[in-house]
Order: sequence, then structure tokens, then C-alpha cells
Amino acid sequence: MSLFSPEAYAKSIVASVQEYALLCAHAIGDLFSKPRYIADMFTQMDSIGVGSLPIVVLTGFFTGCVLALQSATSLKEFGAVNMTGRLVALSMVKELGPVLTGLMVSGRNASGMASELGSMKVSEQIDAMRALGTDPIRKLVTPRIVATVVMLFFLTIISDSCGTAGGGVVAVGMLHLNGHTFFTTAYLTLKMGDVVEGLVKPLFSGFIIATIGCYYGLKTTGGTRGVGKSTTQAVVASSVLIILMDFLVTQLMIGIFGR
Amino acid sequence: MTEIMNDEQAAERIAKGVPIVEFDHVCLGFEEHQVLKDISFKVAHGETRIILGPSGGGKSVLMKLANGLLLPDTGDVRVLGWSLQQMTQRELFQMRAHVGMVFQESALFDSLNVEDNVAYRLEEEHVDPAEIHTRVVEALRFVELEKAIDKFPSELSGGMRRRVSIARAIISKPDLILYDSPTGGLDPITSNTIIDLVVKQRDVSGTTSLLITHRLQDAFTMATHRYNEQLGHMEKIPNGGIDPNTRFLVLNEGKVVFDGTTLELSHTSDPWLKDYIS
Repeated sequence: MSLFSPEAYAKSIVASVQEYALLCAHAIGDLFSKPRYIADMFTQMDSIGVGSLPIVVLTGFFTGCVLALQSATSLKEFGAVNMTGRLVALSMVKELGPVLTGLMVSGRNASGMASELGSMKVSEQIDAMRALGTDPIRKLVTPRIVATVVMLFFLTIISDSCGTAGGGVVAVGMLHLNGHTFFTTAYLTLKMGDVVEGLVKPLFSGFIIATIGCYYGLKTTGGTRGVGKSTTQAVVASSVLIILMDFLVTQLMIGIFGR
Repeated sequence: MTEIMNDEQAAERIAKGVPIVEFDHVCLGFEEHQVLKDISFKVAHGETRIILGPSGGGKSVLMKLANGLLLPDTGDVRVLGWSLQQMTQRELFQMRAHVGMVFQESALFDSLNVEDNVAYRLEEEHVDPAEIHTRVVEALRFVELEKAIDKFPSELSGGMRRRVSIARAIISKPDLILYDSPTGGLDPITSNTIIDLVVKQRDVSGTTSLLITHRLQDAFTMATHRYNEQLGHMEKIPNGGIDPNTRFLVLNEGKVVFDGTTLELSHTSDPWLKDYIS
């Protein structure tokens, strides 16, 4: 039995980060030269964006509902129940909308990309693509990055809207608050910095989801078992990185906008 | 490499007698395992080089080196005289326009139907759609699979997939075709059909090829048979004749143990080789 070598482990991590960085650089570089697979980008936008719409709408809506219920209970103790709309809108737009949408899309699409590309890798379809004169990164990775970044941006806006609407439904229907007050406080409380923060995060999340999904897919080895392993690793790594990115971007935005 | 391989340059080099494939003291290893050790050989224009050897001897790796899918640790791999190590990734993709490859498990794109699989390279080259369709039908007719044009790979048998893979490799009329175990995992009758197609491609188009096989009978069938265009099938070369353009390369444990003609192989005095081909 070979002993665990910390040195070999550290080297493997550094090598993985290097491979990932090279893949990202290659995929981004391919955006600026021909051929560009525009049709593949739209196909991926349909699959990632339109395909994720139901889970994003449902997640956003019910998160808004829960947020309104929970916050109203606490705010009532301070006689500030009319601030529910403000709390729901701020939480959804700055934090929960971008992060939850990122995590849901990661669960759905990072796994999908890793398993699709992984299956292609183990069945030699990636090598066949190279043998037929096509760069697999240009053909498979770049369109997925563009599609995920663009669509996650819009999905986050939809999630924010659905969340606020969900909060409004609960506030009016169950908590018997004034709907006009709810939406007015929600609208007035949002400042430019909050919206920018909420819309910058999905750009990073989209990039993380696509690159991590493709990276694990393209490095798959070991047949169908390897595909399963890559899929799991892609979801875990992209979810953790999304939350880490959320922390860093929040810190940055607080530094820039002061809130 | 500053010049880009185009059809005119390739034709000019073939006319000058430049070897289609040349391995010059090639070594390749993965981690601590040395897969290929000092491999040198040349494949001339019009030649069919059959690569034999036990499993794990580095045959498939050698095939991937010939297409630039892998690059050697040391030594030089040249295709039409162009050194693959000196090419950029973009130039390697252009070089592969001259090379067709049939993979061990066919490697058809499972999300595309037969027509799109075969047409893949032409579509990437933005050939006119009407011409693409004509050439796809022509390639499928060559492998006798015209009726399967609308089917998906999952609907095809192993032998049919291998034939579609051959059609995909030959559609661009490459200067070199690499067959990685085209009969691997197939029953004897289907294997014969595939060998029939390989011989047909060799004798009708005269394309240079490298072919890996584990079945010695396939190798010797190729050496002793020719394609009869009038009869539409393969036949034995009369009077015990042997195809002069078919040569053998035998690998064992990453080294070349034989490089020569069919006659030289059958009359070898090497005990290991004698035992292997017996």
C-alpha cells in the first residue's frame, strides 16, 4: 500500500488549478477569433436559460413567500411590520435571488455539462471531434460559458421579481398588509448599488457554473463511473465557489457603494 | 511552422515522394510508465501499414501520435514531411483535414444522426449543403449504408457504426486514413465486411493507411486479397500473390520488433514473432 504523500497531493491541486485556468483562458480567447459557434450558443441558451426557467421561478417565488412570513413575524415585535416589503426586496435583490438562482442553475446545468462532456470524453467523441479538425473547447466550452453568463443574468432578474411578488402575495393574502405599502417600500428601498450588486453576481456565477461543469467533464476518465464522479464534483465545486464568490463580491460592493 | 498545409502543398509533397507518415526515434510515457520506446518507421504514399502486437503494446497511442492527438516526449512525428511538434494547435487542426480516423469504438456523435455524423467535417468547412448531401450519400453508398442515413447511432449495430465511422473518415478524401482496431469486438462475418471495405478503400482510392488489428487473419486477408470492382467484392489475389503495398509493423512492450513485408513476416526467424503469428 502506498503512503499518502502531502507533496503529491499539493502538486495535484496546483496542477488542477493550472489546468482550469488554462481552460478558462483558452475558452475566453476563442471568443475573439473565428470560427464562432453562434448556433451552439443559442442552443445552449435555450437549454440553460429556458430550461431552467421553471425551477428559478418556483424557487424565487417561494423564497420570497418564506422571507415575507419570517420577517413579518420578527418585525411585528418591533411594530415595524410595514417594513416587510423593504426587507424582502433587499434580501432578494442583493443576496437570495443571485445566490439561489446560481445554486439551482448549478445543480441543473453544471451537472448536465459535466455528464454530457464526460460521456463524450469516455466514448472518444472528444478525440473524434479533434480528429475531425474541430477544437472541442471552441465548440463545446465557449458557447456554454456565453450562454450561462447571459442567461443567468436574466434568470436572476426573473427570480428577484418572482421573489418580491411572492413576498407581496404572502404579505397581502396571509398577513393582511397593505399591498401598496409593501411594493412602495420595496421599490424605494432599492438603491443603485443594491441592483448593481445583485446583477454582478450572476455574471461570475454563470462563468463558474459553465467552466467548472466543462472542466470536470473534459477531465473525466474511468468510464460511466468516472462520469458520475465528475458530475458530483462539478456540482460540489461550483456550489462552493458560487458562495465564496458571493462573499467576495459582497465585500467588494460594500467597499464601492458603502452598503 | 509558418506555412499552413493546404491541398496543393500536400499534393506537391506526395508527388516528391515525401513519406506520408514518419516516426523518428519517438518516445512517449505517461507518469512513470514508458509506453513507446524509440519508435522509428516510415509509411510511403499508397502503402497500407498493418500494426500488430499484444494488447497494451502502445498501438492505439501510436495512432493518436500520427494524428497529433498526442505529442511525443522525444523524437519527431512527421505527416507529409511536416513536423507535428512544431505546429500550433490551429495548424494541427488544419493538418487533420488531410487525415481520416476510424476509432476503436466508432466514436460517433450520439446526438447527431448518421447524415450529420458523416457530414460533420464538411459542415465545419462550410461546404454547400447540396454538395454535402451528395457526398454523404456517396460515402454511405461506399459502405453500403444508404438506408441508415436518418438513423441515430443508438439505433445501429456495432458493425453498422464501424461502417458509418469509415464513411465519416473517407468523406473528405484524406491523404491518410488511420484505422484503430476497426474489427475489434465484432463477430467474424461483420469483421470480414469491414475488412472488405478497408480493402475496397485501399484498392479503389489508393489511400495510404495505418491499420491496427488484433486478428491476424484480418491482416493476412488484407495482404492476400484485392478488391474486384466488377464483381463488387474482395477476392484472393491469383497464384498466391501478395499485395506489394501492404507492409507490417509489430510492436511489443512499446518497441518495434518487426518492420517489413508480408513475406518477411511469414518467414521470420525471431522466436517471439514466430510464436505470435503462429
